[in-house]
Amino acid sequence: MHKMTMLRESQIMKIHYITAVGALFVVAVHIMMRIAVMPYGMSLEYENVIANYQNIPYIVLLESILVLVSIHGFNGLRVILLELRQSKKWEDGVTVLTIAAMIALIAYGTRTIILANGLGVE
Amino acid sequence: MTEQLIEEIETMEKKREKEKHQGEKEYPKSSVTLKIYRANRRAGESPHYDRIEVPVQRWTTVLDALLYAKAYKDQSIGIRYSCRMASCGSCGMKINGIPRLACYTKVSELQGREITVEPLSNFPHIRDLVTDFSQFFAHHHNVEPYIQNDNADMPEKSKLTEFIQTPEDVDKYLQFSYCIKCGLCYSACPTVATDTQFPGPQALSQAYRYFIDSRDTAPKERLDLVDNRHGIWRCHFAGSCSAVCPKGVDPALGIQLLRGHLLGYSKNEKKVAELKERQKKDD
Repeated sequence: MHKMTMLRESQIMKIHYITAVGALFVVAVHIMMRIAVMPYGMSLEYENVIANYQNIPYIVLLESILVLVSIHGFNGLRVILLELRQSKKWEDGVTVLTIAAMIALIAYGTRTIILANGLGVE
Repeated sequence: MTEQLIEEIETMEKKREKEKHQGEKEYPKSSVTLKIYRANRRAGESPHYDRIEVPVQRWTTVLDALLYAKAYKDQSIGIRYSCRMASCGSCGMKINGIPRLACYTKVSELQGREITVEPLSNFPHIRDLVTDFSQFFAHHHNVEPYIQNDNADMPEKSKLTEFIQTPEDVDKYLQFSYCIKCGLCYSACPTVATDTQFPGPQALSQAYRYFIDSRDTAPKERLDLVDNRHGIWRCHFAGSCSAVCPKGVDPALGIQLLRGHLLGYSKNEKKVAELKERQKKDD
């Protein structure tokens, strides 16, 4: 039995389930916005995409999708990889690697949002 | 005249019945072929299947058939069994690909005239149909499958306590206490197939069985035992454990109920009971 250092497995799984429900909600809102406000093809035009990034509530929505899907997805990947091999080294490696990848993805996605918003350095 | 007519009708009916049955070919199941997995790696014997024909009756079980084969055809067949009445859980094996108890499976309930018997999956193989249960019992042992109650061990007889349970209290764990540790659920579990540190359905359902027992006073410790990387969260809820249990235990249900308690959304019966007890004392 492995001692958990930061979070218990039940706490991690609680986060996993909450992020799943949260992601479902925000992705549903995002899809609705894409098809309800204007035709889908039009919503992918450059001006409309950039306009979305100027809209603060929409930025919050996109950032939420990024964070929720990243946490849920990378924890899911961690769970799958944990079952592949059983050794302390492998498990710690997988945990550290998935957390690092998750942080990197969130950071990169957030950077994209900031740049598209025009807040970043031009 | 009427009697003669009745006789004629009866004769005609008998004749018709006879003709009807003549068209059908009957295949009395007087014998079946056992396709037995044989392997003894220590002796350098590579895995193969032996086909042995054995006579069967309507009531013959797969274990009876195997024991007949062992007694009269090939004495070297390796098989483990004991009670012959689905109580000891020794004769678990894969019968036509499904984990079953050989003593609890009648030949007549199986399809076809050939029965394939193989050792249980997810267990280290020893010889022929015999597998090693050490790991399985170790997982069972790790969940501390016994009631933990400080008041239970009284050195003085005068202080002996009676632990009264209502029928509702018993209902919560009764079905899980029917487990005979036959290992069929462990063999059917897809998670155990990839993760050897996963306790398996049997151990987890026993963790729930003692967790929910009102006489047990160590529920938190029990939750800690299964709340780890290879613990209860690795269950995929395939449900195959419950499907193969010969005693009607539903390990998948036990696992989900225990998960509910770990997540905190299950009604905590223990807390409610403690509060009621406290209220009684206050009154």
